Amino acid sequence: MNQDAPNRNRRRFLTAATTVVGGIGVAFVAVPFLSYWRPSARAQAAGAPVEVNVSRLEPGQLINVEWRGNPVWIFHRTEDNVNDLEKVEGILRDPESRQDQQPEYARNRHRSRQPEIMVLVGICTHLGCSPLFYPEDRPHGMERDWVGGFFCPCHGSYFDLAGRVYTGVPAPLNLVVPPYHFPDENTVLIGEDEPDEGEA
Amino acid sequence: MKKYLLICLCILFPAHVWGAPAGGNMMDVDVDPFDKESLQRGAQLFANYCMACHEAHLIRYNRIGQDLGLDDELVEKYLIFKPGAQLFDGMTNAMTDEDAEEWFGAPAPDLSLTARRHGPRYIYTFLNAFYEDEDAPLGVNNLVISGTSMPHVLEELQGLPIAVREEIEGAEQITELKVDDDRAGLMSASEYRAATRDLTNFLDYVAEPIKAERRRLGVRVLIFLFLFLIVAYLLKREYWKDVH
Amino acid sequence: MSETTSGRGFMGWIDDRFPATKMWKEHLSEYYAPKNFNFWYYFGSLALLVLVIQIVSGIWLTMNYIPSGDRAFESVEYIMRDVEWGWLIRYIHTTGASAFFVVVYLHMCRALMYGSYQKPRELLWIFGVLIYVALMAEAFMGYMLPWGQMSYWGAQVIISLFGAIPVIGTDLAVWIRGDYVVSEATLTRFFALHVAGLPLAIIALVVAHILALHEVGSSNPDGIEIKQNKDESGKPRDGIPFHPYYSVKDLVGVAVFLIFFSIVVFYMPEFFGLFIEAPNFEPANPLVTPDHIAPVWYFTPHYAMLRAIPDTFGGVLVMGGAIAILFFLPWLDRGKVRSIRYRGLSFKVALALFLISFVILGYLGLQPATGLYTILARIFTAIYFGYFLFLWVYTYFGLEQTKPVPERVTMK
Repeated sequence: MNQDAPNRNRRRFLTAATTVVGGIGVAFVAVPFLSYWRPSARAQAAGAPVEVNVSRLEPGQLINVEWRGNPVWIFHRTEDNVNDLEKVEGILRDPESRQDQQPEYARNRHRSRQPEIMVLVGICTHLGCSPLFYPEDRPHGMERDWVGGFFCPCHGSYFDLAGRVYTGVPAPLNLVVPPYHFPDENTVLIGEDEPDEGEA
Repeated sequence: MKKYLLICLCILFPAHVWGAPAGGNMMDVDVDPFDKESLQRGAQLFANYCMACHEAHLIRYNRIGQDLGLDDELVEKYLIFKPGAQLFDGMTNAMTDEDAEEWFGAPAPDLSLTARRHGPRYIYTFLNAFYEDEDAPLGVNNLVISGTSMPHVLEELQGLPIAVREEIEGAEQITELKVDDDRAGLMSASEYRAATRDLTNFLDYVAEPIKAERRRLGVRVLIFLFLFLIVAYLLKREYWKDVH
Repeated sequence: MSETTSGRGFMGWIDDRFPATKMWKEHLSEYYAPKNFNFWYYFGSLALLVLVIQIVSGIWLTMNYIPSGDRAFESVEYIMRDVEWGWLIRYIHTTGASAFFVVVYLHMCRALMYGSYQKPRELLWIFGVLIYVALMAEAFMGYMLPWGQMSYWGAQVIISLFGAIPVIGTDLAVWIRGDYVVSEATLTRFFALHVAGLPLAIIALVVAHILALHEVGSSNPDGIEIKQNKDESGKPRDGIPFHPYYSVKDLVGVAVFLIFFSIVVFYMPEFFGLFIEAPNFEPANPLVTPDHIAPVWYFTPHYAMLRAIPDTFGGVLVMGGAIAILFFLPWLDRGKVRSIRYRGLSFKVALALFLISFVILGYLGLQPATGLYTILARIFTAIYFGYFLFLWVYTYFGLEQTKPVPERVTMK
């Protein structure tokens, strides 16, 4: 009858073992249920890189394309626009793009691959509204230096024509520059770095 | 071995079974979602021969690439023929239902789920059951779907079989389909069977792209559950020593 | 305040505000169950497990399913193909639906064998039958959601049954559909009932079922009341606490169940066309009926009875009666002995015939209703109902010769 006597250690060990194995099982089961919430193949297809023909984009013209459901602005800066970028640097929060809001190739004054072509995600870094385009006129009620830029109507943030944020406004960061490259001189591919460039 | 058996079976296929189409006796086909080479050949056949009329809009090109081990360039080169189609698009063609209706009298059905609706044997048998029939509008008929409005698209490969008829129990029945030498296609009979098997295999994959993955995963899940069963059983036995 | 604190620590704090420990004791650690449960007693806890599986997987499916006439079918294939792991969650749900009926049928079979419906467990049994009815409605509406050919025509046929009711039938069927044919209006209301209405009802009924069980106590294969033989401390001599003894034992049952469940999910999710029927891989088409319609396997016994009767309304009555008669079982069976072990030979034969007829009717419901099949369906329908009549006559007039029931439970 001795072997029938309850063995406390064995019991404790087996309880622990069952709990652990069962726990692992539950953890494995949780994986599909959590992964289920990730972007589906359809969402990924909709978020694929977008090709834009910029051969007809005149200086001073801005077009708005959709990429991953966000507005992306492509703006052809005039020569004046490019030169003016320097003028407002004194009143910008991050004129040298130190914050990580752009790929490495856009960490420059014009925040773009080419000085003339601006590519920005048109979503305010404050709370996600889409700013309005003011290429020349000063937004109503604004009293700062203005050489053209973007104004967010939701909470009154200002950005210059390179998406750099002004000081003293709610938005904390410059506008995001998406990854992009020019497969040929007339085409911008938004959403993808140059293939051999690797992680920018 | 299986394949030879299959071929023998097909050649010796008893006549009367053709009497009962859809749902009746069908030729056996060995579908194998793990046979990637077969699936690749099938995908190419599908893109080249079927997609002029049929679609499989539920399967994306890049999914095929991932599952069958083809990189994007190969997929674009061998599978995508529709102008403007992207890698992540479904397998669709440019033909509208109205055009199909006008040309063939009926729209070509989407084949995404045909293998699950009718079974792979049905598809395989259908592809091997075309024969010359002068009374039919397109000059061909099919033993599985009598009076089908589908032309024999693979005629280039198979040639055009003729039906051998025999008198059985007072009624004339088709006992065999055979391709005469002077009307042969690019493939021999066994090559054609292999090709239609690839095509069937591909359509079976398209109907359930996850099949290979779920079978792979199933083994691991079952091993784990057996482990859990052992531990749980030992625990139960330990506690039940108290109960007399 | 400290005087009112009954326990100490965190649980003490909780217990002063919520009967957590009390409920734990009442329903698990101090719920005494007979120690002689056999194989048949696994299916109660397994049914509870399947309910949880269905609720969780169902919630997840609802996240991507779209209840609309032109998108429902596509959204199911979207879950199967584009959503990460969507295929697994859907197969769990489809397999779970059938597993639910497997488990529930075995659970009911157990009740018939061991007389678990007899006094004082009549209400427990009635709650159980109500769960079964709610489950049938739940499964029927769920099967409609993929909006394939079987979904559509299955719904068409079943709803038309209501149309067979005299006088109000036609209007009733239109009211249920919300349209003159099965349409999106039908789909959306069935969706609401499937994901919210009926699950709530089922959960409430399951709670009632378990509360009733714990009030009267579990029966057992010997059909003895263990409460009638208590030791000095008031515990049943033949009882053991549910936890840990039955919780660990049921865990073994769970493991075995999950092995079978996984074999189906990973290797045969259509289960030979019984769990997912092939015509349902074709989108619903109101103009073309599939060449052969059979309901999902768990409805086929009732479907066979329906078709066995030449008159539509008569068929509906027989089918409804086959379920309704279950509610009266506790009063039809007036036997003095519960368990099949100690009942008369005639009872054993009758029950065996009843169970066989149910299985055969299930098979017949899958076959076309022609010639011999219809005759067989009539014979077995008669046996199905004959069981209840026999049971009443047999017990009411005291014809049963029982064997002596032991004082204490036996461990076989």
